[in-house]
Amino acid sequence: MMGKSRTQALLLSLPLIAFIGITFVAPLGSMVLRSFYDPLVAEILPKTVAALGEWDGGALPPEGVYALLAEELRQARADRTIGRLATRLNRQTPGLRSVVSGTGRRLARQGQPPWAEALPRMNKAWGEPEVWHAIAQAGRRVTPTYYLNALDLRMDADSGVVQQPEAKRVYRALFVKTIGVALAITLLCLGIGYPLAWFIAHSPPRRGRLLLVLVLLPFWTSLLVRTTSWIVLLQQQGVLNNLLIWAGVVADDQRLTLMHNMIGTFVAMTHVLLPFMVLPLYSVMSGIPPVQMQAASSLGAKWPRAFRRVYLPQSMPGVGAGCLLVFILAMGYYITPALVGGQSGQLISNFIAYHMQTSLNWGLAAALGSILFVAVLLLFLLYDRVLGLDRMRLGS
Amino acid sequence: MSKRGEGAFVEFREVSKSYDGKVLSVQDFTLSVAKGEFVTILGPSGCGKTTCLKMLAGFEEPTSGEILLNGRPIGRVRAHKRNIGVVFQQYALFPHMTIAENLAFPLQARGASKHESAAGVKRALDMVQLAAFADRRPGQLSGGQQQRAAIGRALVFEPDLVLMDEPLGALDRRLREDMQYEIRRLQQRLEVTMIYVTHDQGEAMVLSDRVAVMNGGKVEQIAPPEVLYEEPGTLFVANFIGENNRLDGEVVEWTEQVCRVDVKGKGVVQAFPVAVGEGDHHTSLTIRPERVELNPAPGRTANVFDAKVQDVIFIGDHLRIHAELLGCQQFIVKIPNIIGHGAVLPGDTVKFGWLTTDCRALDAAPPTQTGTAPAQ
Repeated sequence: MMGKSRTQALLLSLPLIAFIGITFVAPLGSMVLRSFYDPLVAEILPKTVAALGEWDGGALPPEGVYALLAEELRQARADRTIGRLATRLNRQTPGLRSVVSGTGRRLARQGQPPWAEALPRMNKAWGEPEVWHAIAQAGRRVTPTYYLNALDLRMDADSGVVQQPEAKRVYRALFVKTIGVALAITLLCLGIGYPLAWFIAHSPPRRGRLLLVLVLLPFWTSLLVRTTSWIVLLQQQGVLNNLLIWAGVVADDQRLTLMHNMIGTFVAMTHVLLPFMVLPLYSVMSGIPPVQMQAASSLGAKWPRAFRRVYLPQSMPGVGAGCLLVFILAMGYYITPALVGGQSGQLISNFIAYHMQTSLNWGLAAALGSILFVAVLLLFLLYDRVLGLDRMRLGS
Repeated sequence: MSKRGEGAFVEFREVSKSYDGKVLSVQDFTLSVAKGEFVTILGPSGCGKTTCLKMLAGFEEPTSGEILLNGRPIGRVRAHKRNIGVVFQQYALFPHMTIAENLAFPLQARGASKHESAAGVKRALDMVQLAAFADRRPGQLSGGQQQRAAIGRALVFEPDLVLMDEPLGALDRRLREDMQYEIRRLQQRLEVTMIYVTHDQGEAMVLSDRVAVMNGGKVEQIAPPEVLYEEPGTLFVANFIGENNRLDGEVVEWTEQVCRVDVKGKGVVQAFPVAVGEGDHHTSLTIRPERVELNPAPGRTANVFDAKVQDVIFIGDHLRIHAELLGCQQFIVKIPNIIGHGAVLPGDTVKFGWLTTDCRALDAAPPTQTGTAPAQ
């Protein structure tokens, strides 16, 4: 009968599995797929790309390739897909957008063989091998381009991997910065959260409950409200600056810049993420009987020693859980840096959002997101290896 | 009061403690303990006995009064400087350390070298017979083993004074009895001063040189176990220690040696006056069930009364008779099993007698209470 009940259980959970598949696995999968699979050029210029595959890559391609390109560009213009093609090729080699769309416009009105002469007349870029290399590279369906871009690398004409020019290197520094900010915020949260959780866990029950509600209160408020209230407090004409001027700490013409920079990001993110540190810590600490510290002191240990040897080790599962939680959340945080971070306070997620919403370079956004995802996953595994996930306690 | 040594080693002087500023958990607690003595503080839960221990260990501060250790007040000495071994109710072993690490903790806190600490731990483990479990964690040990580890940890740094707070409360009955003797043996071998807190009167009787009985934050009586049993000073002690019959009545006349008490007009009992003659004429008489004689020879006991047997319970070595006597519905008598099963039957009318000295006239109970105190 085992088999039957298993089948029933499976059937009953099918809707849930389908739900998870549709809402979680599928979007994630398609996003990851987008980061390395890009058939756009190969679909719009199938014959050109195929012909370029046989090109030796030395000088310019033969007349046949020029003819195929002219034909397919005309077709693309008729199909209204040339805009996307131009954008895609522009990403491969900046400047190609106007080359492609300009050539497309002219081809609609004029042009006849030999194309190897006609096309360079329309735009002299067609007389240079780089353009053809760019089309050949962009024509590959499976492409490392986005990952390379996400790591400030690119492919040169010989398909060798080289650094981006210095002015265009963004993401590696941004990843490092994001990890650094996440680490710093984790430490800040731990520094504030540990004593707070201690105080709550070892307060008399009534006061403890009240304090816990105060910690949880922000959870019931919209994240946007909490973040914007920091704007009220921190802006140049804000409450904090006014107070400082009133107290005579700073002069009116030297108001502190507390937001739209890194300070704003730090303050607001620490505040927003603090409950994620306090709650696991509280849950572990409230399970440590007060008699443990009494025992340690009766055995002759001063408070610091008793804390270090007896209390701290027993609270480590909470420290681990809280830090992991805050770090992972901080790594992917988006709204708060977007609102109060200004130019310098932006993190990797803000750039992912930028590429999703503004530049519409979804492939790059997907590559950045995948790298972030893998980094967090690696961290998780590292945590498991070092501290053990089974020892982590999020709640009792 | 001290039994051994010269001066008091531990002294509570009129110590009071209030947690909320209104109710006194401990009231005018005075106790002196000699070096090497085993003193138990006995009382029902909530009577303030654990609070006394916490104040001595340094976890709580007295609201008023003073505690002296070895002649010096310890009010300003922090807990970690008092050098007192404490065994807690739930053992309070450190769960993340092995048993050996637990025992090494107090030695390391005192700056012992690795070598000294290892030797000390080994000695203590042998003493509590846990050498084979040195590398286990507390969670891997049985309750009795954890208990022994906790005792070993409280003794390993050779403190002059050891406090134990209901250490056997979590163990089953058999194990509890074994551990009682083990604790007593260790205390005598090490000649350490011990203050032990329990609500179990049997445990207090077995272990202690002296017992301080507490009730409602106050000391009722401090005396060796046999004195507590034979000569309870208050009705509470008489009822808390062992089993007792109680008869309430009015004192008719009294001298130093004997008093005559009228029990609800049903008879006059001769008793030994313990707390009689201070204005109030109400008194409660207590008689131990085993001191009552069945059908005594005429003239042997000053008190002889008719009783109607309601129930006879055969225990084995003795018979337990429930009878009605002088209006008391649950008068209990224990008769050694010499007369044999069936000699007394429910419904019989018999004579019960007892000596004047076995019947103690104590402070009167509050009027709401009647009948016999429940067996402990």
